Amino acid sequence: MSTHIGKDFIPPDVAGKVTGEIKYAEDYKREGMVFARLLTSPMPSGRVVNIDTSEALRMDGVIGVFTADDLPPVAPPGNPALASEYVTYVGQPILAVAAISEEIAESAIDKIRIDFERRDFVVDPIESLSPGGSNAYPEGNVLVRTSEEGPEGAPIVGAEIRDIKWPQSAIDAIKSGSEPVGGEFTTEWAFGDLDAGFAEATHIIEEPFVTIGYAHHSLEARTGMAYWENGKCYFHGSSQSQSANNAGLARMLGIDLADLVFINEATGGGFGSKIGPYPFMAITGNFARVLNRPVQLRITREQEFYIGSARSGMQGWIKVGVKDNGKVTAVDLVIVNDGGATGGGSGNSSAQHVTVAYQPENMRYRGISVYTNTTPRGAQRGPGQNEMASVLAPMTDKIARAIDMDRVAFRKVNVLDSDGFEGGSQGPVTSAFVREALDQGARTFGWDEKLALPKGNGSKVRGIGVGIGYHGAGGRGYDGLLRIAPDGRLFIHSGVGNLGTYSYAGTCRAAAEALQIPWERCEIVHGRSDKHLPHSSGQGGSNTIFTHTRTNWVAAQDAITKLKEIAANDLGGSANDYVIGDERVYQSSDSSIGLTYAQAAQRAMELGGKYSGQEFPDDINPLTQLAVQGLAGSGLIGVAKDNIPGQGQPPGVVVGFCEIEMDKDTGKFEILDYTAIADCGTVVHPKNFDNAMRGGAVWGVGMTALERHVYDPQNGLPANTGLYQNKPPTYLDVNLNTKMGAVNIPDPQNPTGGRGIGEPTQGASAAALASAISDALDGHLFNSTPTTTDMIVNHLAGNTYSTKSLKTNTF
Amino acid sequence: MHPNTTKNGAMSVNSKLTRRRFIKGVIFSGAAATTGTGIYLAANAQSGQSSAERLITLNVNGRERRVDVLPTETLANTLRYKLNMTGTKIGCNRGECGACTVLINGVPNYACSVLTQNVKGKEVVSIEGIKDSDGTLHAVQQAFIAENSPQCGFCTPGQVMSAVALLNSNPRPTKLEAAAAMSGNLCRCGAYEHYLNGVMRASGQLA
Ligand code: FES
Ligand code: FES
Repeated sequence: MSTHIGKDFIPPDVAGKVTGEIKYAEDYKREGMVFARLLTSPMPSGRVVNIDTSEALRMDGVIGVFTADDLPPVAPPGNPALASEYVTYVGQPILAVAAISEEIAESAIDKIRIDFERRDFVVDPIESLSPGGSNAYPEGNVLVRTSEEGPEGAPIVGAEIRDIKWPQSAIDAIKSGSEPVGGEFTTEWAFGDLDAGFAEATHIIEEPFVTIGYAHHSLEARTGMAYWENGKCYFHGSSQSQSANNAGLARMLGIDLADLVFINEATGGGFGSKIGPYPFMAITGNFARVLNRPVQLRITREQEFYIGSARSGMQGWIKVGVKDNGKVTAVDLVIVNDGGATGGGSGNSSAQHVTVAYQPENMRYRGISVYTNTTPRGAQRGPGQNEMASVLAPMTDKIARAIDMDRVAFRKVNVLDSDGFEGGSQGPVTSAFVREALDQGARTFGWDEKLALPKGNGSKVRGIGVGIGYHGAGGRGYDGLLRIAPDGRLFIHSGVGNLGTYSYAGTCRAAAEALQIPWERCEIVHGRSDKHLPHSSGQGGSNTIFTHTRTNWVAAQDAITKLKEIAANDLGGSANDYVIGDERVYQSSDSSIGLTYAQAAQRAMELGGKYSGQEFPDDINPLTQLAVQGLAGSGLIGVAKDNIPGQGQPPGVVVGFCEIEMDKDTGKFEILDYTAIADCGTVVHPKNFDNAMRGGAVWGVGMTALERHVYDPQNGLPANTGLYQNKPPTYLDVNLNTKMGAVNIPDPQNPTGGRGIGEPTQGASAAALASAISDALDGHLFNSTPTTTDMIVNHLAGNTYSTKSLKTNTF
Repeated sequence: MHPNTTKNGAMSVNSKLTRRRFIKGVIFSGAAATTGTGIYLAANAQSGQSSAERLITLNVNGRERRVDVLPTETLANTLRYKLNMTGTKIGCNRGECGACTVLINGVPNYACSVLTQNVKGKEVVSIEGIKDSDGTLHAVQQAFIAENSPQCGFCTPGQVMSAVALLNSNPRPTKLEAAAAMSGNLCRCGAYEHYLNGVMRASGQLA
């Protein structure tokens, strides 16, 4: 029986959050610290001709200026920390100024003179693909990968910029909602026989769609502070991850892994924008070295909009064929991604969502990601999948209605199950119980009862919707590390970042469970790399619960093996004769013969070797090796790489059910009910599961109804850099009595049964809301995410709001 | 729908207002100063002090504190950088998020949008000041722990302060009243329901 898994507990950092005592990067000060601020590009595209800092440098209190010349050159398509010659978006950092106060640093920035040469800019990908369209970079407009894409959030390596134009006929076609024949793509895959699939279909829909990217706007901007001592860099950074930063950041600073202390006790949100080290960390660390003083580089809210990354946008076309029994026979999908100044898009992940929702027998995907002179883009909560979920849900409803099938039933016919596949490579999944989730959700929500209710009359109409969110939710092959101290307490070392999901804590419960030790006797060691932290995954891609319950489990198994070996060595018999329980290792035939964990730990220190970390497995990561060396001799060490056999993608799936009431006079709506059910294996930490589900539900409302980039196409200027104009949902925009549940069927490839859930929570909510909006309007398709009040009110007024122009800007 | 629409309505017009320009704007409109040294003069005109009076006495969390405060300095900056009270967070520094919420004479205020010179003689309470003298956490803090309310925690001190102010004036609010009262506090993580459950618990209304 589980003693820890599936039980509530209070993560150790919650108290510090409610008292304000926990420290974020910006809360650290250091003797002699100077304040750095960025000078950023005022124009969307240009060339820096000359920089004159002389007047600024003469100011009292100014300590120094740091430019691209102080950093190793970054060739396009890399995202440089500081622009060297070309600026490619408004807000792009060009240089940093350090001074003894922030006020002086800011005044000094006003005194710096930069001569620019303006270049043509572009803020709409389709415009850039048009014959004669502008290119965001001198080299071209499209990011073409020359080697395989890294994990989500990883910097782009192995890519080049090319100049690609489509024939006017293809541009006209995609804008009018049909297949852009003749358009060139950079990613293509297909399986099955597309023509045969469509031939088999009794109903076919063809729809264009557009989704607009938007800023992450983590509440903590990415302010950092760094200082150097005895050749070591101490870096206070704002990151979703902990250990996953070290290798990349050490490289940026040109130092050995052992010379970097990365400190990140808590992070004020990331949502994909802070998975690994981001380029701007190089400024803070290297500037501190050059000045030989601690440097705090403050990022303002406005700058966080500029450099804090954003979701990529999509302009696309989809064709779906379906048989009378509801089975999808064929899908043809085209996506043009708005890659902003960094060029990358998530079209492939969008296509992956379609495979999970429809499990089509035949499918083709073609994609291209186009640079625009807008903010850098990167992973944002379910990148690709969630915005696809939002536009696909009303289309799915349309197909279901066309064959007169219930919308939930239609999804049950088509969705992923344990024998199913995900993505273009049709890879297997570890297990999936989405049908069960749909049944459970429909019951909890009262789908049938709500369907039977009148739609409403007068100016108020009701709509109900259903949606599915999906994201891959787990990784393999990372390391676990723990120590039983001579007093018998368990120290679980975690390289997992504290981004607000508490997964760093939840995953440690797996070690406590395996070692059958009460939680009060455990301590989580995390938050700074000089505390000897193992190599861990980055906290992105909803992976942590699956990935690190496994690493902590294998480290615990290693410790159990060592406990038994030590006992057998001291007390006779073989290791197999021993079991653990009550913080002891003892003979299964006579429980009086045994050692306490404390005694065994003391013996491990005496025995040395592998027992206390002097020796360690050779397959662990260099970072974990350093950590074990740091702990060697201080207790019984459990350390192992996750080599648990198995294959397939652990899926994270959420289904959402939404009911709204729309005011036909104003186009505004209220969310009356939201119910979501997760298929995420065993729920490891129920209270925190609720947090993740509800946070994602809020994000879904932002995506489908509120948030978007707005760039003025005439001047290339962003119109909504602040929180207020960007409009993340507030208390008043969301349902405050949501119902959250889980199927709670264990995943066979995780010793605790768990899988991740962070990202699909948003996709389900976004999709269910989009479906409900469409339902309230008798199945009208906006094919646009977000669907804002002005679009709704225009539709209600009979003004055609044409999504067919696929405009990414609604300025 | 955003609660700040009216409070800072002017700010929505210019999306590129920096904090400095914002402060300038506020003070210029208040004191109609037009010279290059306007910030300084205007601030002095407002507070009626000379530059020698930069050393002021503040009442923070029930204690008198002597602080050297620039005329343009915000209360959030004074708390964080002069008094080392980093519990007050700066999420936007322009009156949009509520992470910096403190109580001034019992009323919740955005500390990023209040000049420190203007709180002389007033009682300022920050997140560091709501525990009991024996260290017992405030009922709101206890309830937020029990409800696992924070996610990333960056908005949490502000949420706590707004909840404390609410319960001081309305000890048994409905969930909707609480939502309205706290709607000036953004939570990017979306932990709204968990904060509201915390408010319900702290007010003794949770079964
Ligand atoms: S920091 Fe004051 S309102 Fe955002
Ligand atoms: S808990 Fe992260 S912003 Fe509220």
